[in-house]
Amino acid sequence: MSKLDAKIPEGQLETKWTKYKSSVPLVNPSNKRNLEIVIVGSGLAGASAAAALAELGYKVKVFCFQDSPRRAHSIAAQGGINAAKNYQNDGDSIYRLFYDTIKGGDYRAREGNVHRLSEVSGNIIDQCVAQGVPFAREYGGLLSNRSFGGTQVQRTFYAAGQTGQQLLLGAYSALERQIGMGAVEMFNRHEMLEVVMIDGKARGIIARDLITGKLERHFGHAVLLCTGGYGNVFYLSTNAMGSNATAVWKAHKQGAFFGNPCFTQIHPTCIPVSGDHQSKLTLMSESLRNDGRIWVPKKKDETRKAVDIPEEERDYYLERRYPAFGNLVPRDVASRAAKERCDAGHGVGTSRMAVYLDFTFNMDRYGKIEATKKGIHNADAATIRALGKDVITEKYGNLFDMYKQITGEDPYQMPMRIYPAVHYTMGGLWVDYNLMTTIPGLYALGEANFSDHGANRLGASALMQGLADGYFVIPYTIGSYLSKEISVKSIPTSHEAFVAAENKVQNDIDKFFNIKGTKSVDHFHKRLGKIMWEKCGMARNEKGLKEAIEEIRALRAEFWKDLRVTGEANEFNPELEKAGRVADFLELGELMCKDALNRNESCGGHFREEYQTEEGEANRDDDNFAFVAAWEYKGDNNFEMHKEELKYENIKIAQRSYK
Amino acid sequence: MSGNMNLTLKVWRQKNSNAKGELVDFKVNDISPDMSFLEMFDVLNERLVSENTDPIAFDHDCREGICGMCSMFIDGRPHGPKDGITTCQLHMRSFKDGDTITVEPWRAQAFPVIKDLVVDRTAFDRIIAAGGYISVNTGNAQDANCLPISKDNADESFAAAACIGCGACVATCKNASAMLFVSAKVSQLALLPQGEPEKQSRVLNMVAQMDAEGFGSCTNTGACEAECPKGISLSNIARMNREYLGAQFCSEK
Ligand SMILES: Cc1cc2nc3c(=O)[nH]c(=O)nc-3n(C[C@H](O)[C@H](O)[C@H](O)COP(=O)(O)OP(=O)(O)OC[C@H]3O[C@@H](n4cnc5c(N)ncnc54)[C@H](O)[C@@H]3O)c2cc1C
Ligand code: SF4
Ligand code: FES
Repeated sequence: MSKLDAKIPEGQLETKWTKYKSSVPLVNPSNKRNLEIVIVGSGLAGASAAAALAELGYKVKVFCFQDSPRRAHSIAAQGGINAAKNYQNDGDSIYRLFYDTIKGGDYRAREGNVHRLSEVSGNIIDQCVAQGVPFAREYGGLLSNRSFGGTQVQRTFYAAGQTGQQLLLGAYSALERQIGMGAVEMFNRHEMLEVVMIDGKARGIIARDLITGKLERHFGHAVLLCTGGYGNVFYLSTNAMGSNATAVWKAHKQGAFFGNPCFTQIHPTCIPVSGDHQSKLTLMSESLRNDGRIWVPKKKDETRKAVDIPEEERDYYLERRYPAFGNLVPRDVASRAAKERCDAGHGVGTSRMAVYLDFTFNMDRYGKIEATKKGIHNADAATIRALGKDVITEKYGNLFDMYKQITGEDPYQMPMRIYPAVHYTMGGLWVDYNLMTTIPGLYALGEANFSDHGANRLGASALMQGLADGYFVIPYTIGSYLSKEISVKSIPTSHEAFVAAENKVQNDIDKFFNIKGTKSVDHFHKRLGKIMWEKCGMARNEKGLKEAIEEIRALRAEFWKDLRVTGEANEFNPELEKAGRVADFLELGELMCKDALNRNESCGGHFREEYQTEEGEANRDDDNFAFVAAWEYKGDNNFEMHKEELKYENIKIAQRSYK
Repeated sequence: MSGNMNLTLKVWRQKNSNAKGELVDFKVNDISPDMSFLEMFDVLNERLVSENTDPIAFDHDCREGICGMCSMFIDGRPHGPKDGITTCQLHMRSFKDGDTITVEPWRAQAFPVIKDLVVDRTAFDRIIAAGGYISVNTGNAQDANCLPISKDNADESFAAAACIGCGACVATCKNASAMLFVSAKVSQLALLPQGEPEKQSRVLNMVAQMDAEGFGSCTNTGACEAECPKGISLSNIARMNREYLGAQFCSEK
C-alpha cells in the first residue's frame, strides 16, 4: 500500500549498523575517481560529507550561498554536541543516548536511525579533537562536559558558547584541505535553484552565480542536499537571515517526499522581541539552564523590579511542575510552560511576554566553592558574588556579552528576560536509512532531512546528527547507490534535461521582475511569519490552522500580483534572492499547516490545543498517529500524504514524563 | 514602534567591481535606539524599494556576531565606534540624533568590491586551503581523551580559534596586512599536540599564500588587535613569526 520503504536493515538493533557496514557494496578506488557528487550546503553536514567523500576519492563539487563555506549557519550553534562517551562515569551509554533521543522526540523517530546516531556519536568527538577543535577541558587536561535538557547525564561537549563555530571550522578546514588538493571544487555565492532529473534520477543542479547572476548547470552522479532548516518561514527565528527552504522545496516539487513538515522546535530561551524593526531573534543557549533558574512573579501584573521581589513571591514554575528534571526539561515542555505563565498574566518586561532566567543562586553557590578552594573563610556576600561571577563568565561569558549588547541590560546585575522563539525544524525531506530521499540519487543530510529527532529535538543533538550524517553515515550508504552507477559516464550538461531545467529557472526569475508591483519582499515575508507564528506556532488548533491555510493562499496570490523586485537579474541582487526564498516559504507554510491540521494529537513541539491532558501536557495518540507523515507534491499546491508506520521493538512506548 | 533619531548617512555606492564608486547621502528618520545598525539599513532599504531605487547591498547573515559576514567600515573604523563587536552587534543607541555617519566597504587590494558595501574575501579561504588544517582523514582518530592537553594551552588555542574571518584586521591596517588572521589559525594549531607534525609546512605555506594574495606586510602598529571584534591578540603574530623563522631555518638545512 505504502510507497515508503525505510530500508532499515534486519536484525538486532545493536548490530544493524555494524552488519550493514560490512555488507554494503563498495566502489573501488579507480571507479570513485570517475564518480561525481554535487553537495549543496557547507554547514556541518555538507562540509563533513564533502571532506569525507573527497578523502575517499570521489570528485566533489560544493555550493553555498555565503561568501565562504565557513559562514554556514552551523557557525552560530552555541551550547554543545552530545556524545555517549561516558567520560563522566555517570551511567551514560549508547543505549541511554538512544533512549533519551527517542523519548525526547516523543516517540516519533525511527529506532534504527537513532541507534546508529548514538553509535557513531563517540567517533565524532574523536575526529573533531584530531582536527584540532579546542573543546573545553578540565585542569587534568581531559575533556569537560555539561548537561543539556531532557537528560540526566553529562554528555555534552562544548567550546564555551561557540561550539558550532569550532566544529564547523574543523569541518571547514578538512574541506579546505581537499579544495587545496584539488579534490573538491568550491562554489561560493552560488544558490541552487533546481534539481535536474534524468530518467527518474537526480543528475545535477541548476545554480545561480550570485555575483554575476548567470545560471550554471552542474552534473553529478548523485546530489546531496545539506541545506539546513526552514525556520525562517516564521520570518522571526534564531536562524541566520539567509537560511531558507528553496533547495528542499525544489526537490519536493520534483518528487521528494516531505516528512513531518509541521514539526517545529520553539526554543524556550531567546531574547524577546523589542519592536517592529526586529529582523531576527537571538538565542540564549540552553546550556544556561544548567545554572540559570527560570521564574516569574507569583503576583499577576507585577511592577516591582526582579531584585525587589522576595524569594517567597517567586514562582520557579519548572522546578514546581517538573521536580525530576526541573529547569532542564526538554525544550517543547519549557516553551509551553513559559507561554502558559505569560498568557496567565505573570509575564515580565514591557511587553509582559517574557520570563526571568536568573543566575544569582548559582553565582553564589560557585562563589562559595571558589572561596573554599582559595581558603577564604567567612567571605562576605560581595566577595562570594565576585568569585561566582568569574565562574559564570568563564562558562558563558560570550552569551552574557551578547545579551548585554542587544538589550542594553547587564545580566550579571539583573536576571535575563527570555521568551520562546522558532529555532529548528525537525521536519524535512523524507529519507530512508541510507539518507536517500524518494528521488533515486538525491540525498538529504543534517537539518534538511526529517530523520532522527521525531517531534522534538534534544539540545546538542543537531550538531551530532549533522556530523554523523556527513562523516560517518553517507560515506558508507552512498556506496549502495553509486556501486550501481559506475558504468554511467558523466552526462554533458548540454543534455535536454539540463536545458529544460535552466529554462524553467530563467522563467521563474523573469516572472518576479514582470510583476512590477508595489510591495517589497520583506513586506510579504513579515505577514507570512505573523500568520505562521500565531496559528501554526507554539499552540495550534483546528480553526486557526484552517484560517491560516486560507490566509496563506490569499497572501500568495497577492505576492504574485503586487511584489516589487528592484534591480536586474544579471547582477548581484539580494532582493531577487529573497524573492525566490519567500515564494517557496509561501508554499511550504501551507503544507506545514496542512500537516499540523492532519495530526490530530499533540506530540513534542506539535501542540494541538484540543489534545492535552488535564495538567496541560501534550496528549499523544499512539494508536492513530505513530507514523511519519510523508507528503508527496501533486502539482498546484496539492499534496498527498503517505504513512511510514513507526515500530518500537526495543523501547516501551510510554507517556513522556519529566516529573 | 519607530523611534526618534534622525540621521544622515553617507554610503558608498558602486554598481559592480568595474564601476567607479562614490559616497551618496541618505536621510533616515524615526530610528529607534534599540535597532541594530543593520536593522537601520533594513529600514533605509525598505524605503529605497518603495521609491523604486536599488537598495544598498551589504553582507550579513547570522546577525549575532559569529558568522563574520557583516563588514561595514563606519566613520573610519571597521565595525563602527564600539570595541569588541561586529557591525551586526552595533546598536543605534551608540549614536546620537542628528549624527552624520559615513559607511564604506572594507578597502584592501586583496578584497575587491563586488557591489556597494560587499567585498570579495575569498583570499582568506585560499590561505586556509594552503595549510590551515591538520591532515587527518575521517575515521582515523584515536579516542579523544588519549592525549590530555593542558587547560591553559587548550584555552589559548580556543582564544585564537575564535577568529570569525571577518577581515576587519585587514581593513583597518594601513598596509592591509592579514597577519592577525593568519597568525590566529597558525597559533590555534601550533598550541595543540595534534598540530605539531605539520607545524613547519603549515606556516610556510600559509604565509606564501598570504603574500601571493597581495596582502601587505606587518609593521607592528597594532591597529588590527584594537579593531578585532573577537579580541584576537597580537601575541599570535609574535608566535607566528617565531614559528616562521624556525620553519625557515629547518627547511634551509
Ligand atoms: C542560534 C542557534 C544555536 C544552535 N545551537 C545548537 C547547539 O548548541 N547544539 C546543537 O546540536 N544544535 C544547535 N543548533 C542547531 C544546529 O546548529 C543546526 O541544526 C545545524 O548546524 C544545521 O547544520 P546543517 O549542516 O544541516 O545546515 P546549515 O549549517 O544551516 O548549512 C546550510 C548550508 O546550505 C547552504 N544552502 C542553503 N540553501 C542553499 C541553496 N539553495 N543553494 C546553495 N547553498 C544553499 C548554505 O549556504 C549553508 O552552507 C543551533 C541553531 C541555532 C539557530
Ligand atoms: S583576526 Fe579578528 S578582525 Fe581579523 S578576521 Fe579574525 S576576527 Fe576578524
Ligand atoms: S552578520 Fe554574522 S557576524 Fe555580523
